[in-house]
This record gives sequence, C-alpha cells and structure tokens, in this order.
Amino acid sequence: MTAQATSLRTVRRLPRTLALRLGVPVVAVVLWQLAARAHGSVFFPTPARIVEHGYHLWFSGPAGRAFLTDAAVRDLLPSLGRVLAGFALAAAGGIVLGLALGRSRTVYALCDPVLQFARAVPPPALVPVFVVVFDLGTPMQLASIVFGAIWPVLINTAEGVRGIDPLRLDVAATVRMRPAERIVLLYLPAALPRIFAGLRLSLSLSLILMVFSELLPGTADGIGFQLTDAQTRSDLLTVWAVMVLLGALGHLLNSVLLTVERIALGRHRAAHR
Amino acid sequence: MSPATAGRKRTGRTRDALLGAVGVLVAFAACEVLSRSGMVRRAFLPPASEVLVRAVELGGDTAFLNGVGATLEAWATGLALACALAIPLGLLLGSVPAAGQAARVLIEFLRPVPSVALIPLVSLLLGAGSETTVALVTYACVWPVLFNTVYGLGETDPLAEETLRAFGFGRLAVLLRAGLPSAAPFIAAGVRIAAATALILAVAGEILAGFGEGLGTFIAQAGMATDGTRDVLAGVVWAGALGLVVNLALTAVERRLFPWAPEHRGSRV
Repeated sequence: MTAQATSLRTVRRLPRTLALRLGVPVVAVVLWQLAARAHGSVFFPTPARIVEHGYHLWFSGPAGRAFLTDAAVRDLLPSLGRVLAGFALAAAGGIVLGLALGRSRTVYALCDPVLQFARAVPPPALVPVFVVVFDLGTPMQLASIVFGAIWPVLINTAEGVRGIDPLRLDVAATVRMRPAERIVLLYLPAALPRIFAGLRLSLSLSLILMVFSELLPGTADGIGFQLTDAQTRSDLLTVWAVMVLLGALGHLLNSVLLTVERIALGRHRAAHR
Repeated sequence: MSPATAGRKRTGRTRDALLGAVGVLVAFAACEVLSRSGMVRRAFLPPASEVLVRAVELGGDTAFLNGVGATLEAWATGLALACALAIPLGLLLGSVPAAGQAARVLIEFLRPVPSVALIPLVSLLLGAGSETTVALVTYACVWPVLFNTVYGLGETDPLAEETLRAFGFGRLAVLLRAGLPSAAPFIAAGVRIAAATALILAVAGEILAGFGEGLGTFIAQAGMATDGTRDVLAGVVWAGALGLVVNLALTAVERRLFPWAPEHRGSRV
C-alpha cells in the first residue's frame, strides 16, 4: 500500500477513532458515577464529587494567582518543583555519565557490575539513609529522586553510545573530528532513541519517588503530605482527589516528554536518512 | 562464527569480567576509605566492610530471613496476579482493534497514577498487611505486561495469520497459534521489567507501613534507630542482591526460551 493510500484511510477513519477515544472515557466516567451513586459507599465517592472537591481545594483561588488556592501554593508547587528539578538533574547526570562510560569499552567494563547492582536496589530502600544524611526536607527528597531515576538514563545512554555504527567512528577519525564535535555530531544523535526510552522510565520513577519521599512521616508540605494528612483524617474525598490530580499530572508530564521526543527523533531520522 | 572470532570474543568477555571485578573492588575500597578517614561521617556512611559483615550476619538471622520471605511472597503473588490479569486482557485488546483503541485512553489515564500514591487509599480499604502490598504490586505490574502483550501481538507475521485462516482455523486458534508465540518474547520482557517495579513497590509499601514483617520493615525500623545506617545499608545490600538475582534469572529464562528475540542480540534494556 502506498503512503498516500494509508494516510487517506487514516483520515477516513478519523471520526470513528475520535468517537472511540472520546466516547469511551465519557462512558466510563458516567458508569462510575452511576455505580458510585447507587452503591453510596464512603470509600468510593462519585467522580463528580471528587472533581468538585479537587476544584475547591486547589483551583478556586483568586484570578491574580492563576486561580490557585493557598493549599495549591503550599502543596502542589513544591511537589511540582521537586519532581521537575529531580528529573532534570537525573536526566542531565545520566546523559553526561552515560556518554563518559559508553565511549570506552574498558571504562564500561569496569563500572558495569557496580552499575547493575546500583540499578537493582529498589530506590525507596535507600531513602532512610538519605533521611539520616540530609534530614527531612527538599534536599533529601531531591537526592532520593535523583538516585532512583538516574540509572535508566545512564545505562541506556551508555548502551546507545556503545551500539554506534563502527563505520561512523572510522569516518569521524578520517575527518579528524574533535572530541566535542564527536559528542554532539556522533554519540548524542546515535544514542538519542535509547536516551528517550530511558527518560520515559525515569520520569515515572521520579513521580513515584516524589510521592514516596513526601509520604514519609515528618514531611511538612507537598502532594504526598496532603495525601497522608487526608489519610489520617480518613478524608477519602481528598485522597481520591489527590490521586486524580497525580494521574493528570503524570499524563501531562508524559505527554510533554513524548512531544519533545517526537520532535527530537523526527529531526534525528531526517538527518540519518 | 569462525573459531578465531569466537575465541577473541571469549577472551574479551574474560577481560570484561576481570575489569568488572576490579571496579567492584575499587568502589568497595573507596567507600571504606571515605568512612575510615573521617571524610564522611560514620553515621552517614559506615565502612563498607562493616556493612558487608552485617549483611552476612543477617543471612543467619531467622527473623530477618522470614521477613525477606514475606517480601518475596508478596512480590511473587503480585507479579503472578498481574500476569494472570494482563496477558489475557492484552491478547483481547491486541486482537480486537476497536477494543484496543477504546481501552487505550483509559489506560493512558490510569497508568500515570504513581502506584505509591495508592498506598493511603489501599491501606484504608484493606488495612495494613500483606494484602495491601500484593494489591499495590499487582497494580504496578499490570501495565508493563499489558503494554508488551499488546505491542507484541502487533508484531505478528501477517502471512502466518493468513495461512492459518486459509486452513480454516477460527479467530481464537489463529491468536493462540500465531499471535501468542510471536508476542511471547515481548511478554517475557514485560514480566522482567514488572519484576523490578514489583520489588520497588513491595519495599516501599513495607517502609511506609512501618510494621509487620518484611525487608522494607527491617530497613524502616533500622532507619529510625540511632546509628542504624549500617543496618539500613546491610538491608539495601540484600535488596539489591535480590533484585539482581531475579533479573539475572529472568534474563536467563528469556534467553533460553526465546533465543531469537531482538533484545538479546548484544543489548540490554
């Protein structure tokens, strides 16, 4: 089939696809609403009440502050800052270290077992150590996120650099490329698809660790703190609202990353054709 | 492969293993020196040898081993439940395009909910205990297995499907004879990824619950004790070793069952 025919078919199927993509969530939410209302359990509030509660809790503030309430400023913004900063540090550190390790077979072999072990450690297990070293608070939370999220990027970057076509290396040697040029023109582009695969894993790990580090007793703010606070008060409406918010946040962050990936890899594919 | 290149590859692998051992020794010595010289406080980083001795000691401690057993049990149960749910569902979603498209949106909204955030709700619903841990592990493991099943089905050879259909096989038979075998390596890779996530969740759930028994509970209680870093790190050594062993075992099983799978051609995910 030609590309043109395929795209034509995609266009013709668009209404059906859209109906499925939009219709199904609507049906699901309506069913949930009806079931929760019929059942009337305290544990499963209706989606309408959850959304209303979340709106009052976070987004009914003054217009001058983008409608954020005090609770939102106190809990959402610090969490958002932590997850973004932690992810950015893990991504930058992972790419730089991965480039450094992947370029030399000897260095990679030296570090491989240590890396494999570090990656196998479940990150929450080390959080008690970070609590002792940094005390409770943002530095401890950042350290947990970075330590947990750095491995997928680091290992994927190193593997991507190692998998580079030897022919390209020969060409680079023939035209006497400088090391900095090699990194930008050779290693980074070759490793890009795998780097993004690592980044996707790291992003969901960052989110998990952000929440985890805020759930620990002794934390004073953040989405996770609000969650434990609501749990101790058996405030199930807030617990549900927080989960919906976290789902939306995860979806949003993931979509942004996917868009960046599509742009970056699109350029990459065009350059490598 | 000619004998010469095979031989070269073998010596290369021996060299890599030796270098790896050197790397481990260097890292170990660095931790030891940092702590003993007083550059890093002992409460932050006890000497590596003390941590290792303590980890070995714990290997003879029945209470600790029971805890590790409890963690492993929650881990395996959650993973098995997730596979039992996700593989049939993945086969359904992957083989019926309309169902697949319909479910995709729901999945895209459910998946990003960080599983740790479910801990408060699940513990309110089920109480603190092993059921809570199992439920969390199951939730977290369903996604990678489900995704890989659907993705793997998409890679089925259309020719094989057509042939089976021409022979008069029904939909289910085609799925089981052509779809499932081609998806199997992808499903196995999904299970391996899920196993790592499952350990994270099992330990995280236990740390937050703070009581009962389990590796996470041991680590959490050691973390609260004064000067408990040595015990925490000894627990971490166990956790890392468990993760490593399970990952190696699953990779070995995959290699044996699906030697043609693309992931094993010299790369790791």
